[in-house]
Formats: sequence, C-alpha cells, structure tokens
Amino acid sequence: MGFRIEKNPAVPSRMVVFSFSVLSLFLASAVIGIIFLAYGINPIRAYTDVLSKTLGSFYGLSEIIRKSIPLLLCGAGLLLVFRTSFWNIGAEGQILMGALAATWAALFSNFPDFLLIPCLFLFGFIAGAVWGFIPTVLKSRFRISEVITTLMMNYIALYIVLFLIHGPWKGKTMRGFAYTDKFPASASLPLIGNTRIHWPTLIIALILVAAIYIILTRAKLGYEIKVISQSPKAGRYAGISYFKTVFWVMIISGGAAGLAGAGEVAGIHHLLRHPNQISMGYGYTAILVAWLARSNPVITIMTALLMAFIFVAGDTIQLSFGLPSQIVNVSTGLILFFLILSEGMMRYRISWKSKEG
Amino acid sequence: MELQTFIIDTLSRALAYGTPLLLGTLGEIYCERSGVLNLGVEGMMILGAFAGFVTTYATGNPFLGVLAAAIVGGSASMIHAFFSITIKTNIQVVSGLAITFFGLGLTGVLGRGWEGKPLDASLPIIGSPFLESIPVLGPIFSGQSVLVYISIGLALILWFILFKTSWGISIRSAGEDPEAADALGVNTSLVRYLCVLTGGVLAGIGGAYLSIDYRPSWTQGMTVGMGWIVIALTIFSFWNPLAALIGSYLFGSLFYLSFKLQPYLAPELLMIMPYLTTILALVLLNCSKTFRRRLGVPAALGLPYNREEK
Repeated sequence: MGFRIEKNPAVPSRMVVFSFSVLSLFLASAVIGIIFLAYGINPIRAYTDVLSKTLGSFYGLSEIIRKSIPLLLCGAGLLLVFRTSFWNIGAEGQILMGALAATWAALFSNFPDFLLIPCLFLFGFIAGAVWGFIPTVLKSRFRISEVITTLMMNYIALYIVLFLIHGPWKGKTMRGFAYTDKFPASASLPLIGNTRIHWPTLIIALILVAAIYIILTRAKLGYEIKVISQSPKAGRYAGISYFKTVFWVMIISGGAAGLAGAGEVAGIHHLLRHPNQISMGYGYTAILVAWLARSNPVITIMTALLMAFIFVAGDTIQLSFGLPSQIVNVSTGLILFFLILSEGMMRYRISWKSKEG
Repeated sequence: MELQTFIIDTLSRALAYGTPLLLGTLGEIYCERSGVLNLGVEGMMILGAFAGFVTTYATGNPFLGVLAAAIVGGSASMIHAFFSITIKTNIQVVSGLAITFFGLGLTGVLGRGWEGKPLDASLPIIGSPFLESIPVLGPIFSGQSVLVYISIGLALILWFILFKTSWGISIRSAGEDPEAADALGVNTSLVRYLCVLTGGVLAGIGGAYLSIDYRPSWTQGMTVGMGWIVIALTIFSFWNPLAALIGSYLFGSLFYLSFKLQPYLAPELLMIMPYLTTILALVLLNCSKTFRRRLGVPAALGLPYNREEK
C-alpha cells in the first residue's frame, strides 16, 4: 500500500471551489484571532464586537456598501482581464488617473453645470482606459511583461498625483495643505440620505457588472475571451487576435477603474488629495475580489462587499481595540495565501495504490 | 568648491541609500535569473527591517539583528518558493503581492509599540584609510557602514558566480529553459528554491540596514516602496549584478537629490524616474532582438516548471 500525489485532471466543481474559498476565509480569520490573543483580546469578543458594529449597525452597513463601490468597479473589470491571462495589476494606478482626470474636469474645465457630472465620469473612464491601454501596446509591440509595466505605472500615477497636489494644482484656499481646491457643488455626486454612498457610481458599477455578464455570455468578445482563456493557440487558429481581445478588455477594465477613481473624488473627497487617501489599495484588493469570484461577474457583487466588510472591520478594530488598521493588510495577505494553497490542493489528488503498475 | 561638496555629498548619500536597493536587487536578480518572479520584495524588506530592529534593540548586538532579518526574510521567501515552485501555481504574481500585503500588515500591527524607540547599538562604521585617501572622491567613503562594503563585495561575488561558474550556468539555464536544464541533470526545483532563498535573505538584510543603520529606529512602512524600486532595478540592470551596482547608486542618489533640489525641482518628478526609466529601458531592450538575447532576459521567467507534464 502506498500513496502518491498526482495531478487531478478533473476541473474542480463549483461546490469544491466554493468550499475551499470559504475555508480560506475561515482559516485567515482564525490566524487573525491568534493576533488578537497575542494582544490580550478575546477573539470571540472581538469578532462579535466587529460584527455588531459593521453588519449590525446602519452606519457600518452603509460604509461597507460605499467601500464596495470602487472594489466592484475594479474587481469586475479585472475578472474580465484575468480570463485572458493578462496580468493587469495596475488598477491602482488606473484609479488614480481616473481621479486625476475627474478633478481636472471638476476644477479647470468650463462645462456647464448640468453636464459636469457626466463629463467627470467620462474623463475618469478615458484616463483609466488610456492608463490600461499603454501596457497592452507595450506588450504587443515590444513584448514587455504587463506585470512589470502595470506595476510601474501605478507608481508613475502616484507620483503624478503627488506632483499635482504639491505643485500646480495645490489649492489656494487650503492653507498650505497638499490638496486641490474643493470641487464646485455641481461636481459633487448626490449621496443616499446621510450615508456616504454616492449612488450614481454604485448604479454605474452594477450596470458594468451586468454588461460584463452579457459580454461573457452573449457577445462576440466574450466568445473570443473564452477561446483564448482555454487555449491561445486555438484562438489563433480560429482567427482571434490575442492582442485585439486584450486591447478591448483592458479598455473596459482600465476605464472601470478610472470610473472608480472619479467616483471617489466626486462622491467622497470633493478634492484631489494624497493617493493613499483616495484609493487605500482598492486596486490591489480588487485582484482578490476578481479571484474570489472566479469567472462569474455577478459574484463580484458579493466578493466586493466581503472585501469592503474587511476594510470597515479594520476601521472598527482600530477604534474599539486600538489595534492598527494595518490588520486589514494582514487579513488580505492571509486570505491570498490560503487561496493559493487551496488552488494547489484542488489541482492535485492523493491516489492510493496497492501496487505500482 | 560649492559644487564639489554638493557632488561629494550626493555620491556619499547615494552609496548609503543605494545599499538597501543593491541588496534587494542582487537577491531579486538571482530569483528572476532562476525563473521565479518575486513581487514580495517590499514585504520581505519590511519584515527584515522590523526583525532586525527588534533583535538589535533586545540584544544590543546589531549583527544578531542582521542575522534575524536574514532569517525572517528568508522564511518569507520560502512561502513564495513553496507556492511558485512546489505547488506550481501560475500565480506567482499573487503570491508575491500576498507577501507584501502580509509583511506590511504584520509589521504595522506588531510594530506599534516599537515606534520612536531609540537604538543605541549600530553597525560598525568602517574607516578605510586607503579609500579615503583617494584624492577628491575620498570623503565619499568616510562614515559608511560595514554593510555598504559587504554589499559591494557581494555584487562582485554574485556576478562571478552567475557568469563564471557552473553554478551560474545551472541558475541561468533554470530560468532560460528548465526543460533542457532538467535533461542535463540540473535539479531545477532545488536551484530555484536556493535562488528564491537568496533573494529573501538579501531583501531581509536590506531592510535591516534601513532600521539598524541608515535610520536607527522603527517606523511603520519605513521601506517606503523600496521593494518596488528593486523590482524596477532588477530589470533596469538587465539582470546583471555589476550593472545593479551602478543602478542602485543611481536610483539611491535620486532620494537625496529629490530632497536637496526641492527648491528648484519638484521631488516627485525625480522619484518618478526609476519607474519611467525602467519602462523606457525595456522598450529599448526589446527594440532589437540580438540586444535582447545578448543581455539575457530569463525566457522562462514567471513560468512554473512541471516535470511530469513534459
């Protein structure tokens, strides 16, 4: 009797994938519990406290929804991109460029008031799409890895925003702080009641999810993505251009991230400020949103809410227990670790053999 | 005279600030040469910075601090190695990012009580009468830490191993064509594991240099994105340890210049340079096929190797 680990040729069923994902989340929260213990906090009490202050309170719930908006926009776009095996890790920079372009529209353009908000989103979309388009050109023309270019372009975007808020765009009314001036009222998105949910962006995000669902199930682009995701070679024989597909997909994904950035500045901040305050790593977290949802864009609604919950839970932990909000990054890292591990486990199986054949 | 002191100061700070970049880059060069892309450098550096600081604070011995940083950085890199070599997931990108998230997060949580504590012990400063007696440029070397010299020596040794020994051939072939390497009897997995480990150890030490020596204290997120500059530098130096030497000091000088030239030039425009020049370097590199081949971009970079699938 012996056993060996061999590759499992079968594609894991939805149920298996789902249970592994839930298990990953569970294991990550167990490890976080150990950190609580190390700080002398009863983890059970900490978790009930976090739940009551997030899911159990109106303010907590509204915050979860508002933080899920950028995650949903970026996550749904990334889901589309990752199906083509194009590693766009540049959503963070695409968000910032969207925020930057929206700020320009709000402060320096002379659009009439009623057109301002649509223009703001349009500019955000275009800027994000351009920022997503450059890596595809660099890859198709020069064969440069998109992992590197999208990553580098996040930092280029970051320093462009920093340059603008410290230099040319620095607000004259801001007493030396590194902000732009405040947006005019006509450039501020309406909110739901006294929450911070800027509903126009939320609706755009939901429309995007629906659109991506339709693209993947009914449109020609979706068919091409499907062929490419299974075998790029088969795609080539079928006359599908890899780069043409990736080009459209990156326009959508970059544009969506740009919309997220526009929504953040016009809905929440009403000015352009330090990039870490605008995005808080939404672009990187969205990778997790897309991955947890696997290939179904509708599920990104759930996974975006989940990651938003973790963000809000981090704030709560900081307020209630005085732990640094960095605990959010610990959980994100841990969830990713366990997901990768489960990904590996799903692809292998243990086979028991009485005799080697 | 004014100009001369300015140049000397810049070079001296370039040496000091370039050292953590150099250590990280040397490690990442080995990692990528063997075919593994590790985006966790920032995470491994900050873990090393924290471990190094705490150990030095507790024991009063900076060398133990560097050792602890090496162990912690190495251990973190083993997680990445396990995911990308043993489990063979196609998601090296994500696993590296996860290490960065985790490292920044964990040190942020654990390090809260350590902020602002002074560190008495520091790494010895090596006075080298020989180097300091060099006319004009001599003052650059005064007051530099022992790690500055060690990292320069390391760059030379690692260059020699990579290009002049059979180990180097094994490493490069694992990153170039793992199938052929395997056929020639190279244990690709082992080579990759060792290279990733080298990367983690050096990134950890680079972090420790920051917290023990450059700014003897602990601040949350004190690596300030150096890990990402390392990723850029690895490419900018075309995966060559000697070029990394120049590149690290070049990018290191930007940190000093962006501070020093602030009245004349927006610091952000200088800080953008590492990322912008890396993309431009890649464009130039890929303009010519022979150029690309001669410089040796690891062809199998980021691809897991499945022996049984062949």
